[in-house]
Amino acid sequence: ARGPLISMGKPVESTIRAKLLQALQPVHLEVHNKSSMHAVPRGSETHFKVVIASQCFAGLPLLQRHRLVNEILQAELAGPVHALSIQAKTPQQWEENQSVSQSPGCLGGSRHDPHMATKLGSQG
Amino acid sequence: MGRRNGLEVDRSACGFRCKKLSLGKAAMSGSLCWLRAASLLRGAPLRWGARPLSQAAAGDGSSPGGGEGGRGSRESVERLVRAHPVVVFMKGNPGQPLCGFSNAVVQILRLHGVQDFQAYDVLQDPDLRQGIKNYSNWPTIPQVYLNGEFVGGCDILLQMHQNGDLVEELKKLGIRSALLDAEKDQDKK
Repeated sequence: ARGPLISMGKPVESTIRAKLLQALQPVHLEVHNKSSMHAVPRGSETHFKVVIASQCFAGLPLLQRHRLVNEILQAELAGPVHALSIQAKTPQQWEENQSVSQSPGCLGGSRHDPHMATKLGSQG
Repeated sequence: MGRRNGLEVDRSACGFRCKKLSLGKAAMSGSLCWLRAASLLRGAPLRWGARPLSQAAAGDGSSPGGGEGGRGSRESVERLVRAHPVVVFMKGNPGQPLCGFSNAVVQILRLHGVQDFQAYDVLQDPDLRQGIKNYSNWPTIPQVYLNGEFVGGCDILLQMHQNGDLVEELKKLGIRSALLDAEKDQDKK
């Protein structure tokens, strides 16, 4: 996605936000760049956490909700995004419980991971 | 980072104080603090160190035997996911996970007393790494399979743990969750 939503220095985050807004019209959306918690260079956009509440998830089991988000962000996942944590709720579930699980700490896996060079390279 | 009983304990990561852990060699680095925090969201009390650490048969990261070429092929992956009731594709191995999300999966299974599960280290096998993603049509690692069926990654397993679904799914596999015993002991007090 291009246009006013792309903010300087955060192209991946902006794209993720734009795509989810457009596809799922959520009542609540948080897109967090968690890359700083992991063994990747500063300023990377490789590890994300998304908290999203949308009516589109109604009736869908957890796996299908996550698959829906994965599909929307297919290009990002095939490209720069190495890890995507998802919390997908219906608007009602979000109203009932707005707690969000903490992300687990890094164990340095990216340092051992030959795929990371490709991911980081695709960030320009 | 502090050191207690030979285990590295990070109190700063989440503010929870790590209690004495009798869980063996794995460096926890605050990951159990995180998991305890997540479990408290579920409202279930936790008993630490109730079960010994288990090492999966393939937990040393070795490639699965019998894979004559095409270890990432659909057929080969299918054999792996069906070979055991609980199968995890992860980074590192249960004794030394190399990714926080993979570690979380291992810790959740251990909390439930799942002592016997098959783990595969995808960092050791690029064909398997791509093969498992193709098989499940799921872009990330870790991946958890119960009774040959893909259930999800770290986020989903955590939510299943929090909402009680994991206890039920393990029951279907004939595995009694250790948390049921923990809750039973709690009720007796």
